[in-house]
Amino acid sequence: MSALLGLDAVSCVRGGRLLFEGLSLVLAPGEAALVTGPNGAGKSSLIRLAAGLLRPASGTVDRATAALADEQLALDERQRLRDALAFWVRNPEAGLETMGLAPLARVPVRILSTGQRKRAALARVIASGAPLWLLDEPASALDDEGLERLEAAMAAHRAGGGAVLAATHQKLALGGARPVALG
Amino acid sequence: MTALVLRELRLAATGGAALLPVLFFLLVATLFPFAVGPDGPLLARTGGGALWMAALLAALLPVDRLVEPDRASGVLDQLSLKGTSEETIALAKLLGHWLSFGPPLMLAALPAAALMKLPQDVLLRLELGLLVGTPGLAALTLGVAALTAGLRRSGALAGLLMLPLAVPLLIFGAGLVERGNESGALQWLGAVSLLLLAGAPFVAGAAIRASRD
Repeated sequence: MSALLGLDAVSCVRGGRLLFEGLSLVLAPGEAALVTGPNGAGKSSLIRLAAGLLRPASGTVDRATAALADEQLALDERQRLRDALAFWVRNPEAGLETMGLAPLARVPVRILSTGQRKRAALARVIASGAPLWLLDEPASALDDEGLERLEAAMAAHRAGGGAVLAATHQKLALGGARPVALG
Repeated sequence: MTALVLRELRLAATGGAALLPVLFFLLVATLFPFAVGPDGPLLARTGGGALWMAALLAALLPVDRLVEPDRASGVLDQLSLKGTSEETIALAKLLGHWLSFGPPLMLAALPAAALMKLPQDVLLRLELGLLVGTPGLAALTLGVAALTAGLRRSGALAGLLMLPLAVPLLIFGAGLVERGNESGALQWLGAVSLLLLAGAPFVAGAAIRASRD
């Protein structure tokens, strides 16, 4: 099977500043990469490049269908969590269950806490069925139990032939992940 | 696409967002006779133009809720990841917005015309003009909403951008109401409306993409 994500000699310029250049990365099924670096090094920009939301200043990006979890929740605040997720994915229950949100399925999105919002964003990725996961600071705001659930979900996803590209400055267990250090 | 249009309608329905332009339109129609005075023939002569002005200003109200909330909350990014093109998003927003804006405004024009003492044939021309013109107004609102999304205090800028572009709609809309269709005002109104409708999804789509950089 071919690679799920291929970055070839990619460089990124934001606001006239060169963040990184000549970055190449290939993720085959089952593989993962962990992007690290100080604040402002371009971790989030790399994730958005991989997602196709930013265009690289040079180089090419090839990717399979991807799911993204970043700082923005993108769920309708007025809707119940389950219904809000159902706009995006066919089977929200799978994601809710995995992230321990099942008891909150009928709670409106607007009253969720920061950590619960993070879990909800991850639940959408988990339920999406996309082979490539792009996670921007997936561990922020998560408690220990949430972190364990996330790590278990990423391991299961990779065991099932998926790939993970995660950017974080926190500790995140991603066994055998390729390190990508920026900055 | 259908899901996107339905979502727009739901957003417009919750919190009474769709009601706001209609209420504004009715409020202007109520205030106008107070300003001009209770002179029936004068009201009937100027009322049509005043209602078109009211419709134009009412179209400006939803400008800050059409695109910016979806940009800020990441909905536009997530849709793009699902493979929805920005133009499709814009088209869905345009359809959803017109459905929640055009028909309610046409309904509100009935009591508004009564307040202005508009005769029946004038009311008919007003309704016809609104039917043809409100899609153009909705397209203009969407395009300006996408262009100003992400800017601070975008409301005033949106007004400055949009109102001059709406001048042709206003001229032909009000002309149709006042003088009938002898000079082809309806056809011109339709042409302008179509032009705006055809251009808006591409302008809005490009603006959404540009707002990511």
